[in-house]
This record gives sequence, C-alpha cells and structure tokens, in this order.
Amino acid sequence: MRIPILRLGRILLTSVQTDLTDDDAGQLQAEVLQLFHRDVADGLVLDISGLDVVDSYMARLLNETARMVRMMGGEVVLTGMHPMVALTLVEMGQEIIGIQTAIDLEAGVARLREVIHARDKRTTQGRTTP
Amino acid sequence: MHHAAQRHEPKTSTVSDRVDAIVTIKEQTDILHARSAGREVARQLGFGTVDQTRLATAISEMARNALNYGKGGTCTIVTEKGQDGRLTIRVLVEDHGPGIADVALALKPGFSSGGGLGQGLPAVRRLMDHLEIDSQPGRTTVVATMSRRP
Repeated sequence: MRIPILRLGRILLTSVQTDLTDDDAGQLQAEVLQLFHRDVADGLVLDISGLDVVDSYMARLLNETARMVRMMGGEVVLTGMHPMVALTLVEMGQEIIGIQTAIDLEAGVARLREVIHARDKRTTQGRTTP
Repeated sequence: MHHAAQRHEPKTSTVSDRVDAIVTIKEQTDILHARSAGREVARQLGFGTVDQTRLATAISEMARNALNYGKGGTCTIVTEKGQDGRLTIRVLVEDHGPGIADVALALKPGFSSGGGLGQGLPAVRRLMDHLEIDSQPGRTTVVATMSRRP
C-alpha cells in the first residue's frame, strides 16, 4: 500500500491511516528521503494517528527516518500519537526521543514552521560573521 | 536451550481452555493479521485498551521474529479461565527456523543476530506478564501470557 505524501509549500504532509507492513513503512521512508534529496521541502509532518500499534521495528524506522531527514538538511515533526501507543513505547523502553512531536497535524505544521524558522535564523546569523 | 523470563506466573489450575485464533505467518501482512486477532481476543474478554495495545504490540514482535528469523511459522492464541476467574491470554508462536543460539543473549536489549535492533524479545518481556522461550535448530517456540482478573 502506498501512503500519499502531500506538499504544502516546502512542507511535506503525510498521514498514516492504516496498519503498515514493514515494507510499506520502508517504502514511505524511501519516498520521503527521495523528496528531500530533490530539495522540494524543508520539513515533514508525519501523522501517525491511524497507527494503533507501533512496535520496535516501526519505532526504529520512525527514529531513523527523522535522523536521515535531518542529515539531509530537513526537519521532522511527528503528530497524532495515540496515548496507548505512547504508553506501550515507554514500557518497551523505545521512546521516540529523537523526534519533535505535536498533538495533531495543525499543531505539527506550526511546530515545523517554528523549527525551520529558528534553524534558518541561526544559519543566517552564522553567515553574517565572515 | 530453555529459558524462562518470569515476572509473576499465576499457578492456578485452569478450568477451561479455548483456542481463539490460529494465524499462519508466511508474509508481512500475516503479522498484521496476528496482532489484530490478538487485540480482538483481548477486547472480547474485556481487557482494557492498554492491555489490548500491549498484547497486539507483543504479538507483532513475536510474529516478526518468526517471519524474519524462522522463515515463517504459526501464531496460536489461546484463552484460559482459571478457577478463581482469572483470564489468561496465551500467545504461542512457533517456527522451524535455525533457532536462537543464545536465548539469554536474545533477551538482552540491543542484541541482534539478524540485522534487527534486538528490541523484539525484550519488548515482549516488558509488555507481557510471562515469557518462555524454547529454542533448538528446527523448532523454536515462544510463549507469552497476559492475565487479568475480570
């Protein structure tokens, strides 16, 4: 199953609304990285409100995706995590520590804009000193 | 090799056993089938949504191990009712792969023999009440249980 990735200016939006197989999740990761490689976006809001299970494989994949995107100059905000999923992840010792989060898609977009803005500001300031 | 990672195993005799689901694990979608079957069993027994999610997540880990390391297998979900009314969901995942060389090591977070992150079995141990692994070349069984009073 292919998960659509929408573009909102230079922000990518994707919402996982069904259970994903490992390959589906891997494919989504590859497509996201490809879009950052083509420099079509500054950040990604990844909504997982449709996931009622996040196991260690999915947790690792989400963490790695965020790290990879960051290495390519982008930012990721994860949104919509179910309370039960958060509880289970903490119990498993699999906290998704490397990712910025927000409660829903709207807050996620706002958060991402803040993060990108703060980063761009830092970069600009860095450039003013020769 | 036999290894039991025990938290608290209820030693009550059971008055009834029922097989609720048998899912053959041959491909990735079967992992999803197995975990949703587990969630449904837990829901019907009146387990809360936290336990439903713990169970579904643990089954996901166990089924993935069977698929990735054991070349597929079977996931059987059995419910037991104890004399004291305690309900137990027992998940048995069996595969016929090469087996787990060192079960104690496989239960340590971060150890992996097959390119995973090695969080699968430690996660099952944390999410379920009891985990038992019996592994030898050609046959590995992983049994995890979750018990609740109604």
